[in-house]
Amino acid sequence: MLSAHIQEQINRELKKYPVDQKQSAVMSALRFVQDEKGWISTDDMSDVADFLGMANMAVLEVATFYHMYNLKPMGKTTITVCTNLSCTLCGAEETVAHLKVRLGIGLGEVTADGKFGLREGECMGACKDAPLFTINNKRLCGRLSNEKIDQILAELDKS
Amino acid sequence: MINIEIDGKLVETEQGSTVMDAAHKAGVYIPHFCYHKKLSISANCRMCLVEVEKAPKPLPACATPAADGMKVHTHSELAVKAQKGVMEFLLINHPLDCPICDQGGECQLQDVAMGYGGGESRYTEEKRVVSPKQIGELISTNEMSRCIQCTRCVRFGQEIAGIMELGMANRTEHAQIMSFVNSSVDSELSGNMIDLCPVGALTSKPFRYTARSWELSRRKSVSPHDGLGSNLAVHTKDNKVVRVVAAENEAVNECWISDKDRFSYEGLNSPERLTRPMIKQDGKWIEVDWAPALEYVANGLRQIASNAGAEHIAALATPHSTFEELYLLQKLLRGIGSGNVDYRLRQSDFSADGKQAGAPWLGMPVADINAADRFLIVGSFLRKDHPLLAQRIRQAVKHGAQANIVHAADDDLLMPVVNKAIIAPNELLNMLAQVLKALASEKQTALPAAVQQAVAAVTVTAAAGAIAQSLSGGQQVAVLLGNFAQQHPQAAQIGLLAEQIAALCAGRFGYLGEAANSVGAYLAGAVPFAGDVQGMNAAQMLSEPRKAYLLLNVEPELDMHNPQLAMNAMRAADMVVAMSAYKHHAMDYADVLLPVVPFSETSGTFVNTEGRAQSFKGAVKPLAEARPAWKVLRVLGNLLDVSGFDYDTSEAVRAEGLHTLSLDDKLGNRIAGVEINITADGNGAGLQRVSDVPIYSADALVRRAVSLQKTTDAAVPCVMLHGSELQKLGVVSGDTVKVSQGEASVQLTVQANNQLPPGTARVAAGHPATAALGAMFGTIEITTGHSTKQPENACQVAGHSVERA
Repeated sequence: MLSAHIQEQINRELKKYPVDQKQSAVMSALRFVQDEKGWISTDDMSDVADFLGMANMAVLEVATFYHMYNLKPMGKTTITVCTNLSCTLCGAEETVAHLKVRLGIGLGEVTADGKFGLREGECMGACKDAPLFTINNKRLCGRLSNEKIDQILAELDKS
Repeated sequence: MINIEIDGKLVETEQGSTVMDAAHKAGVYIPHFCYHKKLSISANCRMCLVEVEKAPKPLPACATPAADGMKVHTHSELAVKAQKGVMEFLLINHPLDCPICDQGGECQLQDVAMGYGGGESRYTEEKRVVSPKQIGELISTNEMSRCIQCTRCVRFGQEIAGIMELGMANRTEHAQIMSFVNSSVDSELSGNMIDLCPVGALTSKPFRYTARSWELSRRKSVSPHDGLGSNLAVHTKDNKVVRVVAAENEAVNECWISDKDRFSYEGLNSPERLTRPMIKQDGKWIEVDWAPALEYVANGLRQIASNAGAEHIAALATPHSTFEELYLLQKLLRGIGSGNVDYRLRQSDFSADGKQAGAPWLGMPVADINAADRFLIVGSFLRKDHPLLAQRIRQAVKHGAQANIVHAADDDLLMPVVNKAIIAPNELLNMLAQVLKALASEKQTALPAAVQQAVAAVTVTAAAGAIAQSLSGGQQVAVLLGNFAQQHPQAAQIGLLAEQIAALCAGRFGYLGEAANSVGAYLAGAVPFAGDVQGMNAAQMLSEPRKAYLLLNVEPELDMHNPQLAMNAMRAADMVVAMSAYKHHAMDYADVLLPVVPFSETSGTFVNTEGRAQSFKGAVKPLAEARPAWKVLRVLGNLLDVSGFDYDTSEAVRAEGLHTLSLDDKLGNRIAGVEINITADGNGAGLQRVSDVPIYSADALVRRAVSLQKTTDAAVPCVMLHGSELQKLGVVSGDTVKVSQGEASVQLTVQANNQLPPGTARVAAGHPATAALGAMFGTIEITTGHSTKQPENACQVAGHSVERA
């Protein structure tokens, strides 16, 4: 079941679209689920599908198409490093390597304490700040150096 | 109209059509995979790239609108280079397993690769591998690596079947076709995805590794199942039907067939097939030759006719039998002086007998369904009873038509329905009267006096008002009565009111024919009121048991309106002759079993629900000693000295029985002389039974199609009740309850279904699990009786599988 909060958020989103086009809200709906639960299970997809009157499969298509949706638990804080061209040219490989060492996990993995998850992402459209990563898809951290990464991790560790 | 030039040929094409359409008109072939004339344009395979003059790059023909003066080259250097490039990319990941692929020899990719593919691949990197998926018993996805992502199967689900069961998950190189978390594909039209798949990714599971396509002989035939009469291509190898695919007929089944049409062939090769005549002697069945078997039957009938009178001989036949068989059956019966012949086995109201203008039919050509803009569908399990007619209605609704439903169950029709009146079976007539009354005031038209008097007393509910309003806004109204309405104890009055409703809207009214030959059986005279010798109808033959029964393809415990009554009559009879393709329950009560052949082994004719007579030839030779029923009846006619049984061919039978293929004057739904009496009938204690005939239990052939029997739709039926009824009983979904009707009871799993009207119980008919029960309509008792026998666990609700808790 979708929580009352998620339902309320989706209902608000639905006002933006014609009544017979409820599926337009699918991306937002999945985002709300992920914001609350940290990831989207197939049960959640079914719930979203029922709520929006779509086929389960149509929701799964959307959820698996966009890389920002976590399809498995990715820890409290998901760090998504862009590894597309601009970032790679500016040293994204080093960013990934440093994060792997610091967190002790590989791409697509979660730390044992469940605090951090590490993912590889596609272009965030902020190449001027390359190399960069996002935190839970909400906060963008650019012009990364190892020191800056350590600083961000320390800050996240505290919160 | 606009003019466009394709490869130097001038073509006139409609505004808004595509280059692909124009090329078809010009007879120019453009290679393609994702394009399909019945599906939306996707333009993802890029195989149809063509050169368009003044365009800077090649354009996909399927998605490029034709413009006036456009010059298209489909085989220019640029076009061919583009096509070859696309082909090379498509083949990069395609496995080279054509020698063991079921699609080999009939594969679009293979064919196009012959024309546009390179002999060798330049690709040396790793190939993509897609893991097999489990999507049910009908479609094999064991080699999904063959998929080229054309998405025809996905679009078919969305647009034709009305339910998106397959989709493309992930993206780029990881994109793959799958169902939601390995759920099964349960659409009753799913097999069409196999035909649509241009490669060997989706193949037929039952057919898998049975034959190579070039070993098969192809015979045209007609589906023996629902009333549509889908055209089939029956594929045979070594005198055995190994596969059935769709044969295109735009006016009937377009290019689709239902899964029942496609996979029922497995029943043709069932081990239960009856291969030799059998006679019961001293309680033991012995196999005999045809001559003594037929002598035995002839003697038996002669004796009963002379001792008890010919009126003690009765014949029941399923409307899945051919016209020729039914014609000879009634001719034989009438020849020996009995008019007791009927094919309307599940019907219970015969008050319109002789009062209807002609054979009950669809009331319009099948293709006109797509053009209707308002539907009133009364008493129909539409999707399961008429999968492809439902598909046509779905297309009409998609194009703006409004569907209104009056029914006792609310199954998901996979289409938007504007108004629904879901009511108990005994309120059906009242609801139609309400609709009629509301419509008359909406249209400000006076009803005929008799009708006006009958509907005056009813109170129009909001639901009826809404339906009337929807109907009154239509230009092309279709009022369609389903199987449930035809089997209803007030069927004649329902027909009368439906006709009035259609008349008020200047629309058309018709019956969705239950079986492949429902119309044909009527035309063949297989009804007690046809011809000079009149007799008893199907219900009377059982309520006043006869001494001898001739059964043509009938399994009385599954095919009759009241199996209890039917079985009592069979057991009490002096002689039961079962003409059947299968050894079935008749072994218990019959005296003679005569092996007759199914549709694939005889020539014959089915007249479909729109009155289209479609003849077909046998696809294979009769199995062992089995013989076409028309030949068996011919010999019986000769043995019994009935004149006029000297036919050489089935065509001669048809020529005598049908005269002409133009049947318009023989069809007629108009009922005259039936009184309307709107009282809720059978409003006693207990629950009212609502019965459907499950899609894969409807006839003898499909009951023996093993793969279909493993699908969700073939699950053992459960009894469905409104949640409040469950509470009253103190049970929960998944519990076992005792369902009693008449003198017998069965144990079934109970299932809450809040779409059902309170006071009703949905218990399927036509299934062995419920065969001991009585009539399809009427009251039924449900108690929490205990039994050691547990029912099997899976059951289904309106297309969704529900596991027992």
